[in-house]
Amino acid sequence: MSQPRATVRFTLNGRQAEAKAPHAARLAQVLRDEFGLTGTKIGCDAGDCGACTVLLDGEVACACLIALGQVGNGRVDTIEGLTHSSVVMRRLQESFLAHGAAQCGICTPGMLVAAMHLLERCPNPTEGEAMDAIGGVLCRCTGYRKILAAIRTATASVVREETPPAGAAVGARLRRLDGRKKVEGSDCFGADETPSECLLLRAVRSPFHRARFRFGDLDAFVAANPGIHRVLTAKDVPGVNCYGVIEAFADQPVFAVEEARFRGEAVAALVGESAAIEDVELGDFPVEWEELPALLDIDAAFGALASPIHVHRPDNVLTQGHVARGDVEAGLAGSDIVVESAFETGFIEHAYIEPEAGFARRVGDRIEVQVSTQAPYNHRDDVAKILGIAPEAVRIIPTAVGGGFGSKLDMSVQPFVALAAWHLRIPVRMVYSRAESMMASTKRHPARMRSRIGAGRDGKLVAIDFEAVFNTGAYSSWGPTVATRVPIHASGPYYVPHYRARTRAVHTNLVPAGAFRGFGVPQLTLAQEQLMDELAERLGMDALEFRILNALRADQPTVTGQVLGAGCGIRQCFETLRPHWRRRREEARQYNESAGDGRLRRGVGIAGMWYGCGNTSLPNPSTMRVGLKSDGRVALHQGAVDIGQGSNTVIAQILADALGAPVDRIDLLPPDTDLTPDCGKTSASRQTFVSGRAAELAGRRLRAEILRRANAGEEAQLSFEKSCVRICEGNHERILQLTQLPVDQYGYALCAEATFDPPTTTLDADGQGSPYAVFGFGAHLAEVEVDLELGTAKLTGLVAAHDVGRAINPMLIEGQIEGGVAQGLGMALMEEFVPGRGENLHDYLIPTAGDMPEVEAILIEDAAPAGPFGAKGIGEQALIPTAPAIFNAIYDAARVRLRRAPATPDRLRAAIKELRR
Amino acid sequence: MFLRPRTLREALRALDGPEVRILAGGTDFYPALGERRAVGTLLDVTALPELGDIVVGPDLVRIGAGVSWTRLIQTPLPRSFDALKAAAREIGSVQIQNRATIAGNLCNASPAADGVPPLLALDAEIELLSVRGERRMPLASFIIGNRKTARRPEEMVTAVLVPRTIEGASAFLKLGARRYLVISIAMVAAILAADRNGRVSEARIAVGSCSPVARRLTTLERALVGIPLSEVAGAIRSSHLDGLSPIDDLRGTAEYRRDAAERLVARALEACTAGWLQ
Repeated sequence: MSQPRATVRFTLNGRQAEAKAPHAARLAQVLRDEFGLTGTKIGCDAGDCGACTVLLDGEVACACLIALGQVGNGRVDTIEGLTHSSVVMRRLQESFLAHGAAQCGICTPGMLVAAMHLLERCPNPTEGEAMDAIGGVLCRCTGYRKILAAIRTATASVVREETPPAGAAVGARLRRLDGRKKVEGSDCFGADETPSECLLLRAVRSPFHRARFRFGDLDAFVAANPGIHRVLTAKDVPGVNCYGVIEAFADQPVFAVEEARFRGEAVAALVGESAAIEDVELGDFPVEWEELPALLDIDAAFGALASPIHVHRPDNVLTQGHVARGDVEAGLAGSDIVVESAFETGFIEHAYIEPEAGFARRVGDRIEVQVSTQAPYNHRDDVAKILGIAPEAVRIIPTAVGGGFGSKLDMSVQPFVALAAWHLRIPVRMVYSRAESMMASTKRHPARMRSRIGAGRDGKLVAIDFEAVFNTGAYSSWGPTVATRVPIHASGPYYVPHYRARTRAVHTNLVPAGAFRGFGVPQLTLAQEQLMDELAERLGMDALEFRILNALRADQPTVTGQVLGAGCGIRQCFETLRPHWRRRREEARQYNESAGDGRLRRGVGIAGMWYGCGNTSLPNPSTMRVGLKSDGRVALHQGAVDIGQGSNTVIAQILADALGAPVDRIDLLPPDTDLTPDCGKTSASRQTFVSGRAAELAGRRLRAEILRRANAGEEAQLSFEKSCVRICEGNHERILQLTQLPVDQYGYALCAEATFDPPTTTLDADGQGSPYAVFGFGAHLAEVEVDLELGTAKLTGLVAAHDVGRAINPMLIEGQIEGGVAQGLGMALMEEFVPGRGENLHDYLIPTAGDMPEVEAILIEDAAPAGPFGAKGIGEQALIPTAPAIFNAIYDAARVRLRRAPATPDRLRAAIKELRR
Repeated sequence: MFLRPRTLREALRALDGPEVRILAGGTDFYPALGERRAVGTLLDVTALPELGDIVVGPDLVRIGAGVSWTRLIQTPLPRSFDALKAAAREIGSVQIQNRATIAGNLCNASPAADGVPPLLALDAEIELLSVRGERRMPLASFIIGNRKTARRPEEMVTAVLVPRTIEGASAFLKLGARRYLVISIAMVAAILAADRNGRVSEARIAVGSCSPVARRLTTLERALVGIPLSEVAGAIRSSHLDGLSPIDDLRGTAEYRRDAAERLVARALEACTAGWLQ
């Protein structure tokens, strides 16, 4: 029998290895901690996500489910080793890059190992075989289709990438500039770096939705637990124990004081040696809980004056939103047909595969926090307030982000590790477990909506009256943003003369609801686009033609009175879908007539959307700095955090064409609040648009400076060569010697900086004004198959048309669309988070590779004058119309309308039974 | 303490101590562990050669306790095992099927264990060994409740024994809310044997995820005997599922589960009759 403390010997990536960790330790953790093989990612520690897939004795396995002791004398291969040893792996990696199959990159190593194992046995797999092979690896970004395509063509001849020449970067299907390290597993995510001598931090969290608590003898606890250095509580916050993404509403403590307001709220943190922290029994921690009656839904909380969750918000209302135009009551009274209904959606979990993670270290009187974040400057400012130091004394260094989708706009580990490292003067790290991530991170707001929509016999929309109450949870987070954005968007992309939309965000004793891809717009669209279908049906009109008739034109005012003037491509989105709509509806009709047994029915549905890019009527500037180095290379201080959506690549493409340099002359400096100017948050589909525009302006400014020095005109061609720039104008040629120019404070021969803040106006009391400079538009057509007996619905096809203004990188845009569709599919059919239940990825379901149909993406380019080269955002747009299109398709197939999402099999079956009664 | 014995004798001796937990594929053990570290003594049985074989004999199929689902899928077996193989393909993902063992699925005793309905339909028996000797019991007596088995602390499941008492078409249907990595809302395994006249000679039907332990539908099984294969689907009555006691949970309501189970039973039997009529 093997001895418990003996080392375990095995073959790791072809070499003999010895591990001294406990034999029951999970192999995934040993690979990362003992061998530094951080390409093996830990997403769930339960075999639910497959991110830790390795080869054990040549077979795929989840390294989180293998005891180190079980691999004795065995062979383990990880992404790092396979990258070197396997030709198939290297071809697969090239194929992933060429197809854009890696977005954030957190699932990529596991995906590649699983796919490589398939290709070694089966070089030309069918789609079904490829799906089976990667069915055990979850991806939240890509929607799987590009991964499947990359796998199926990996063994075909590899197409070498040709870098587009100067001036041709915009519009090119350029591979991700940061893609190589993602496919090799060497990209550094939040949990991938551990400074030496680093301590580990673990939070003590409330097990109750609402509870009073009192600590026992914390000093005695520290004394009794060797290896634990310190317990932190609210008393250890030197600055303000309060933060929030919107300063005016900030209300969240780092550590709760006396009362915990939601299950999962931190009340204390233990800091110590990793082994001591991992071994500690949290049950022994000296805290006494007194469970209090909790307000668990909107009805209980609204106006519950007896026990407000925040004393300064006695009716538990966080904020309200309102937009009105025309005379809605008169409009509805004068409508020939009015449809009305109520709708409901639940919490939705972001379910990125990378749980929150990072570390902090104190450097003199400064604190540095390296963390997975979507909002480095906001977090810099909040950490500064918590520590009671100046913002400049805080440095936030964003790591690669393994999926964010809005939730990593809020702080997670940042205040904890910053406080601990500040006090202890030793680096401190924290990695959320999957359960902790699901319990404590923000969610999509549950919504309760009621809407009335009226139209005339001519099919024209007359009036909309929309009301929504959002469950915003215990703290404000992005509740105000949802409450103000939603009333602007509830008209959908249509011209509506009479309009009223009212919203309210209500606190409950549940997990804070925050930002999630669309800020409430996906919820309202689920309601409104179903009612649009009902209206069309009542009018006897085709659902698509009804939408085309009402599609907003560039010369018509929106419901806030804004006239876009240009960049309003919704009609074209719908019209593009017309042939698909007709063909697929005809196919579904034929199938339903011929499929005799009546069990399966097919249906086709459609939905439209619009979405304002950037903050709502608030400044949201981005600043880009571009430097020309003496060696002729261009440095781009790219502060827009790339969370997988592709800003590292897209912004470089924009800069390249604005400057007139080939994209491969550009060196990216990743976001770092010490090195890159503020590019705002990666939210609201604003990075391509706002930061991209800033990059365009900075590029043009640098170009102008070069031209000025060469006394050349705007049409001159630049050639960036080693130590000089060659400027050609007609037959004239000048050379700007860079080595002869003095270098500036950043070390550049020439430098340019530009800031762009989208032109918007404030909204008046009725919400009238121009809240956004640019709107994205789109429409999805969904095809479903419903099993009438079992109530299951399967998405069998989807066509997406999006007006993106200008497609800077069509491949990356398709990736955003496919990924958005996957999340929309989840929202429609399977996703609902119930706090306190299902805090894992086997009870909370997100789509797998086998759930995603083929997606046909059609890009419409109706240029937005404010955008870089006319470009608009796409990140959130892609998700918004999917769920309503699916619900409309379900109705087409089964004649039932679900008023509550998701359409789980039990709900759908109950509705079908009800219809037949 | 982590023990990795190389012989069954060693393993059984180790198991005769206090508080020893058996570790095999780890696919249920580690998820249940959550953030905690494993404490106490772990007995890893993955290095025991005695547990790794499938032996197909004339009267008995013996599946070693350590056989993985992948191994089972790859082994040629009589067609009454098709349902078991279909269930194997639905367990988690390939990563899970490669590691998870048949005995582990039974010992974990989840109401949603994919392997239980097909093995119940096969009238599988469990072989338990300890230093004190051997016990054999039907699977139906082995799993006694939600996450409860009749295994004594000093015993180890060493094999699943399937007497070859039925030869016939078999089918397994699992209903979940997504394609892969899914815990079933309801599932059904069925085996149908038929005589030369095309009438059912024996039917075995088991339903999972609809009661604390998967159950055979014995009234329905009896009702089907003697019925022509073509009339099997029409013979199902709602009352045949009265032994089930489904619950409401995140995956579905009790009412839905019962309703869906009835549909699945019909479809599984249709798949079996189609297998016969081919």
